Amino acid sequence: MKKAYMAPNIERNSAGNMNKYGAKSVVRHQDNIEGVPINDLVKEYGSPLIVLSEAQMRKRYRRLQDVMQMHYPKVELAWSYKTNYLAAVCSIFHQEGARAEVVSRMEYEMARKLGIEGKDIIFNGPGKSAEALRIAIEEDALIHIDHLDELYLIEKLAKELDTIPQVAIRVNMDTGISPQWSRFGFNYENGEAYRTIQRLLSGKAMNLRGLHTHIGTFILDANAYYWAAKALLELASRIQQDHGIVMEYIDLGGGFASQNTLHSQYTPGEFASPSFDQYAEAIGNAFNESQFVRENLPTLVLETGRALVDEAGYLISSVLGKKNLPTGERAVILDAGVNTAITAWWYKLKVNPTRSFPGAYQNTIFYGPLCMNIDIIRPAVPFPDLHFGDKVLITPAGAYNNTQWMQFIEYRPRILLICETGQVELIREKETLQDVNARERIPEHLRTL
Amino acid sequence: MDFSRLQNLAMNDNGFIFDPNSGYSYTSNETGIYIMKLLSQGIDKETVREKVLAEYEVSEDNFNSDFEHYMLMLEALGLVEF
Repeated sequence: MKKAYMAPNIERNSAGNMNKYGAKSVVRHQDNIEGVPINDLVKEYGSPLIVLSEAQMRKRYRRLQDVMQMHYPKVELAWSYKTNYLAAVCSIFHQEGARAEVVSRMEYEMARKLGIEGKDIIFNGPGKSAEALRIAIEEDALIHIDHLDELYLIEKLAKELDTIPQVAIRVNMDTGISPQWSRFGFNYENGEAYRTIQRLLSGKAMNLRGLHTHIGTFILDANAYYWAAKALLELASRIQQDHGIVMEYIDLGGGFASQNTLHSQYTPGEFASPSFDQYAEAIGNAFNESQFVRENLPTLVLETGRALVDEAGYLISSVLGKKNLPTGERAVILDAGVNTAITAWWYKLKVNPTRSFPGAYQNTIFYGPLCMNIDIIRPAVPFPDLHFGDKVLITPAGAYNNTQWMQFIEYRPRILLICETGQVELIREKETLQDVNARERIPEHLRTL
Repeated sequence: MDFSRLQNLAMNDNGFIFDPNSGYSYTSNETGIYIMKLLSQGIDKETVREKVLAEYEVSEDNFNSDFEHYMLMLEALGLVEF
């Protein structure tokens, strides 16, 4: 019988690759997720396959809440639907006590379908339609106003419906980070936010209950939240002084980084991303310094999404083929590409083999199955020689993948949940042709070929 | 193609290679060591190709691509000369 083949490879050994930022990347294999063998999952459910861990989600939610409460006692979390709006995932966070944070009518309807009452929905986003606002007003949702036209529209709808909408004002400000996100809400430094609040209060049509900001995404400097909280609390204090109205809550939005690594980042995410403790300390400091907080104890709301769910998600993909590139790298073609793992465009996703490999590693580039040159799951990473049918595990993949994934030339794969009990549940079935073209209509004259 | 430099290398079966002329060391894998040992004995490329195909479970087309790639790696490391 012939021996098992592995493509010949050679690499010059080099010392000194260890530095203060961590060890040289070592390819370790992972053959199970939470004790469930990856081979068994693929055998039963096929490949590619997205797997989510209920235990991880619950653990991280509880950790964030505990850590925040160590620094400030009155904290509420709102689950950011856009991060991952699978019904099973949203239900896990709602069971933990999260409100729903939605940014569109679709997400609003998703939350209502799951049984979340309007009063427990925070309606963010820059593009709320009149129909969506009408429903949100009628159901007492917390509407976070993004621009003046929206404010006028809410006033008009309030009159029509003869009711008082529950609102907050979205504020943007300089928190010392770049780029400064100035597109959401009204600016703090130039006085636009305060002028808008004056306008809102003079209209006497709405109940202003809070202040909100969304300073950015994947914020690697925890101190930015100190400055954001400080600005909102100063604004709340001014509103109280000038108008005698007390803000019930201060909402600092989302943006906490997961342990993923941006392409532009040298230091790996597990070392570079602030911990929950660091974010909590920065926010807690701003709250504890504030006279307004001492007098009124407002609720601190966080809309953390990515940092709660990213590490709970795994993408299993299989090798369809490989080739040697003229650059000296090896190329591996996987059955999942950026259509399934769109975050590969932002992050250096971790790719791990699912079995052990002896021998040397070679720089390997992982392509997906799409007819696009930009369908790269992970550029050059040292990797053992994979064979047809080998499986790799791509992580972290829980945030923004199955909300932003693309309907491009492939059916979307199944999604599984590994429950706290270890039981495996199918939470989204693989797509079929029916899912893709059910809403199409062929004009009569095109029906005969 | 000149494979004489390969004759000076110390190779062990676990994949460790030491070049006493340059002081560099290398890590290879089982197939890589197998090929280098054959080449260092003065066996020509065509015969090496046949031996690998007889010894290992691999298609001729796949191996040809990997073999040419491997030769380029050896050349880039200065271990063989074209």
